[in-house]
Amino acid sequence: MIDQFQQLGHAVLKILANLGRGHIFFLRIVANIPGILLRPYLIIAQIYSVGVLSLSLIIVSGLFVGMVLGLQGYNTLVNFGATESLGAVVSLSLVRELGPVLTSLLFAGRAGSALTAEIGLMKATEQLSGMEMMAVNPLKRVVTPRLLGGMISMPLLAAIFSAVGIFGGYLVVVQLLGVDAGAYWSQMQDKTDLIDDILNGVIKSIVFGIVVTWIAVFQGYDCTPTSEGVSRATTRTVVHSSLATLALDFVLTALMFNQV
Amino acid sequence: MTEKHNQEPLIKIRGLSFARDERWIFDNIDMDMQRGKITAIMGPSGTGKTTLLRLIGGQLIPDAGTIEVDGLQVPNLGINALYSLRKRMGMLFQSGALLTDLNVFENVAFPLREHTKLPESIIHNLVLMKLQAVGLRGARELMPSELSGGMARRVALARALVFDPMMIMYDEPFTGQDPISMGVLVQLIKSINQALGLTSIIVSHDVPETASIADYIYVISNGKIVGSGTPDELNTSKSAWLQQFLNGESDGPVPFHYPAPDYVQDLLGRAK
Repeated sequence: MIDQFQQLGHAVLKILANLGRGHIFFLRIVANIPGILLRPYLIIAQIYSVGVLSLSLIIVSGLFVGMVLGLQGYNTLVNFGATESLGAVVSLSLVRELGPVLTSLLFAGRAGSALTAEIGLMKATEQLSGMEMMAVNPLKRVVTPRLLGGMISMPLLAAIFSAVGIFGGYLVVVQLLGVDAGAYWSQMQDKTDLIDDILNGVIKSIVFGIVVTWIAVFQGYDCTPTSEGVSRATTRTVVHSSLATLALDFVLTALMFNQV
Repeated sequence: MTEKHNQEPLIKIRGLSFARDERWIFDNIDMDMQRGKITAIMGPSGTGKTTLLRLIGGQLIPDAGTIEVDGLQVPNLGINALYSLRKRMGMLFQSGALLTDLNVFENVAFPLREHTKLPESIIHNLVLMKLQAVGLRGARELMPSELSGGMARRVALARALVFDPMMIMYDEPFTGQDPISMGVLVQLIKSINQALGLTSIIVSHDVPETASIADYIYVISNGKIVGSGTPDELNTSKSAWLQQFLNGESDGPVPFHYPAPDYVQDLLGRAK
């Protein structure tokens, strides 16, 4: 009995210690941001490897998600003769929810895991240690540009996801199922609000971008420097950032879209 | 530089103790590393030789004792002072620790680009001079993955030298090298030490190679210094343990057999 309490206590303390380390790590990165802004090419290189290289995945996924939304929405709404509202259905689902959330999940799998593996392997092969001995702070030189790259890329990717999704919906709803194009676009314009829908969606994607990239770089920096340690850290990145995305999405939605 | 300053050791370690996971890696040891000399730290695997280099470089903090490098107490330095001291220290990691996303030229240029705003033409010349010194000027376009282990270490050596440091620390420079690469590295370490007047510290367990170039050797085992002196002094030492270590004998004070019950009894199944 006492043993179980001990194990429980140990597990809780470990989680708390991890959280503490993660937050201190984040603050240390934030302190390094001004210095690294003076060297924008480091950030641009990361936006390329984290953001631009994720583009094809985001575009293809966005297209299919929009097409499915259009198809499912049509099948339901056609019974009520309300297929003209499909534009609003597609755009609101994408801009408010699916764009930020799905982009964040895909981003965690594509870019987050790569960030963790890259930093973890740099640690395992003594590259980070070597930088320290060359009087270069790896937190500043390696981690901060990656965090910034992720933070900047994520909202842009989410926006592209939504835009491509809306186009995918158009392909299915208008071109395939024959709903009037004017109705599709005008309903969308009418029902989608700049502040309530688009801005809130952008805020979500910014928050997800920070959290997912933070988890990814922290897991890489904090991993056990062995091949097994790196693989565990990569798995943890995907699991933790997916869970964090979904949980935060609920919190943010509750804060933004409550009508009470 | 005054004569007295010259005689003062570059690195003075006094009463150093360091424990990891409740095991004493170093237990109250004293060491001096003289300016301009090659000092070797030898000992069996797992005796914390690399840890010693990390302590000198300020990456680890000792549990007790002092480490003085060029008059500075390393464990007490703030981050800025420590970083400016590290610019005067070179360290060669066992793996080379080259940045895998940069080619050979950019790896050697890395410290210059990070710490200086030198024009490109000067960086170009400085890097080529260092690469020429290690014989790899022609390999400047290669990526680290295209280098052999020995070449990677030579590139890392060029990188460590690019700031003309006062000292350089080698972590197992000879491990896993073929005889030719080994010979090249031995020659390089010696000639660089002489030509640049560096203080060199070599951590190694390759006895003949290290002994052939070291001016002074410390042998560490179980957290203590078990022998020290010039290579000749160590060779004529009476210590049976030292003789076994230096000559690589399979049996001696360090027994060949892991402690076990009596062999015959064990075979007959009567041992406990």
